[in-house]
Amino acid sequence: MGLPLANARAICPDLRVFDADPAADAQTLEDIADWCDRFTPLVALDPPHGLYLDITGCVHLFGGEAAMLQLVCSLLTAQGFIVSAAIAANPVCARTLNRHVHGRIVRDGEEAEAVSPLPVAFLGAGEPITVGLRRAGLKTIGDVAARTRHEITARFGASFTNLLEQALGQGDVPISPRKPLPDYIVEKRFAEPVTTEAVIASALSSLAKMLVAAMAQQGKGARRLEACFFRTDGVVRAIAVDTGQPVTRGEVIDRLFRERLEALSDPLDPGFGFDLVRLSASRSEIVVEVQRDLDSHVHDNDELAALIDRIAARIGGKRVVVYLPQDTHIPERAVLAVPAQQHLAAATQAIWQPRAESEPPLRPLRLFERPEEIKVIAQVPDGPPARFVWRRATHAVVRAEGPERIAMEWWRPQGSTLTRDYFRVEDENGLRFWLYRDGLYDREIEQEAGRAVQPCWFMHGLFA
Amino acid sequence: MVSARIGTLASLRGDIARIETHDGAYRPARVALGHAEADAVLQGGLALGAVHEVFTEAGRQSAAATGFIAGLAARVAARRPLLWVRQDFSETEAGALSMSGLAELGLDPRLLVTVRAPDAEAALRTAADALACDALGAVVLEVWGETRQFDLVSSRKLTLAAQASGVTALLLRIAATPSSSTAETRWIVRAAHSPPASVCNAWGAPVFDAELVRNRHGVLGRWIMEWKCDECLFAKQAADSQPLAAAPAHRPHPAQARVRQRRAS
Repeated sequence: MGLPLANARAICPDLRVFDADPAADAQTLEDIADWCDRFTPLVALDPPHGLYLDITGCVHLFGGEAAMLQLVCSLLTAQGFIVSAAIAANPVCARTLNRHVHGRIVRDGEEAEAVSPLPVAFLGAGEPITVGLRRAGLKTIGDVAARTRHEITARFGASFTNLLEQALGQGDVPISPRKPLPDYIVEKRFAEPVTTEAVIASALSSLAKMLVAAMAQQGKGARRLEACFFRTDGVVRAIAVDTGQPVTRGEVIDRLFRERLEALSDPLDPGFGFDLVRLSASRSEIVVEVQRDLDSHVHDNDELAALIDRIAARIGGKRVVVYLPQDTHIPERAVLAVPAQQHLAAATQAIWQPRAESEPPLRPLRLFERPEEIKVIAQVPDGPPARFVWRRATHAVVRAEGPERIAMEWWRPQGSTLTRDYFRVEDENGLRFWLYRDGLYDREIEQEAGRAVQPCWFMHGLFA
Repeated sequence: MVSARIGTLASLRGDIARIETHDGAYRPARVALGHAEADAVLQGGLALGAVHEVFTEAGRQSAAATGFIAGLAARVAARRPLLWVRQDFSETEAGALSMSGLAELGLDPRLLVTVRAPDAEAALRTAADALACDALGAVVLEVWGETRQFDLVSSRKLTLAAQASGVTALLLRIAATPSSSTAETRWIVRAAHSPPASVCNAWGAPVFDAELVRNRHGVLGRWIMEWKCDECLFAKQAADSQPLAAAPAHRPHPAQARVRQRRAS
């Protein structure tokens, strides 16, 4: 407790010494916080060695406050930690009591009397303030509380006064939990830890049914589902599934989780078994049931969205894309790929430029993201290519059309400013290409010592 | 005794005939491609609810094959959503599918959903899943190169899924050699030359050299097909692909056209 090592060794000769490892300590604290999820979903960190658990509304599940305190502490002690805990109406009061003694439970309204006899050091206000309080002759928190507030504020600052009031039980101090509170939670505890996949799958199914029933009472469906598996040795694994449209049916939840679990790169390892499985739903929305006609498109869109959700659950939401047109004439930026789960409706209503009637295709079917550099023999300054070498194969051009001049966006500060001259060419084998010359002769290419730098040619796309 | 044997033989022949023509009872809906000879060989058109494969031997012909399969998809999935499952490697080798290019060919980019699968196996599973959803018009699966996942078993799975839901599966295999499968038709597509240039001619309409190398219910053939982007139909390659009555504003002056011709060719 703040002693130098030599003094500590003098007191206790067979002391074991370890190097301090704050990173590992922080990780352990996070792991313990994950484990504490089984008691309440609202867990906050109090670094370096503490945790706040907001047990409002959970206490009855564990048989009362005293029983819950006993349970948490005994389970943590069994895992090898030394624990001290306290329960109070707000976290500051609880922390103050905890510094004093382990196992205090303070009811609402009794915080002031519980905290008053404690020394001021337990408030945790910092070294200068504590020393100042002692010098002023205020040894216990009760003494400080007896003074008028404005005297305390004038001497020690407003934040100390806030701390004092919170410790006395006045004022509300919310904690910032590590994860947002889900809208619906259902869980299943097993008396005997389960390890087999079949049992886990059936547990998830029954949880899905309960969840759907709970949501149906308020007419809601959820767009984010998370399944947490708590192992007996304290490890917690969470699997989340996002969907594009709210889920209201248990078999859909089953299917999505099955796809996700199969596709996990790091499979679910039960270890010695799971003793708690929890399914939670967030991002819930009111679901409006639409009357389905025999030939309506609503049904089709729903089916398509459900298919997209299933595929996204297996390979990832970013890999299923729809395209939206962009307002730019640069060919490689003319479309934007967006995840289909969120933008399916927008994509079906996007406005694409219609093609010019009775003209051949003016844009290639396949477009390279990065245009590839090619060597070209062409007439200068504006002639189409006569021969070019691409990917180590020579192509002789039979006919060409162009140039289509596309200038870069000069109003943007960064990026290329060279104008592109695009040519549609066909070679002797019937293959059709879209290539461009980057830069105009005489106007945009710099001259170095009287010798013009050759502009580069690039292959941008292939026509059907 | 002899008559009993003759009777048995006759009943056995009848059984064999029934088993052989059982496939003939399968009459899928067909959609015409537009090319008269090809439609005749395909007995009316491309079968819906079946698997069709398009191969190219060389990677260079990938754009032609993509155009051909886009044309097939436009015919098959007329106004319905289209799912294009593409392997990542195919995108790096042959380029990404361009929406403006598809719109130029006559397809509607609003109805297209693309899946970028990390490898061939994921692409195959996604296609198999998608074939079970009957809201789609067609599923296009694009894979580059030889993969051992595309064997007879997986092909049979795809065929069954397509038959059950009525969604057509179009397989695009670039730089691969055809192997045994249960596909309804198999094409090998190469790029073909545009028709010879004449004065007022806008060249560049997609022209394919399509060879039908496998047809479960018909004969084979090889044709030069041109895709008409305005009508979304395949057609025989016309000598003059310009429509007869072009708007006067677009018709260039013959003298200027000759000058342009000399510079361009």
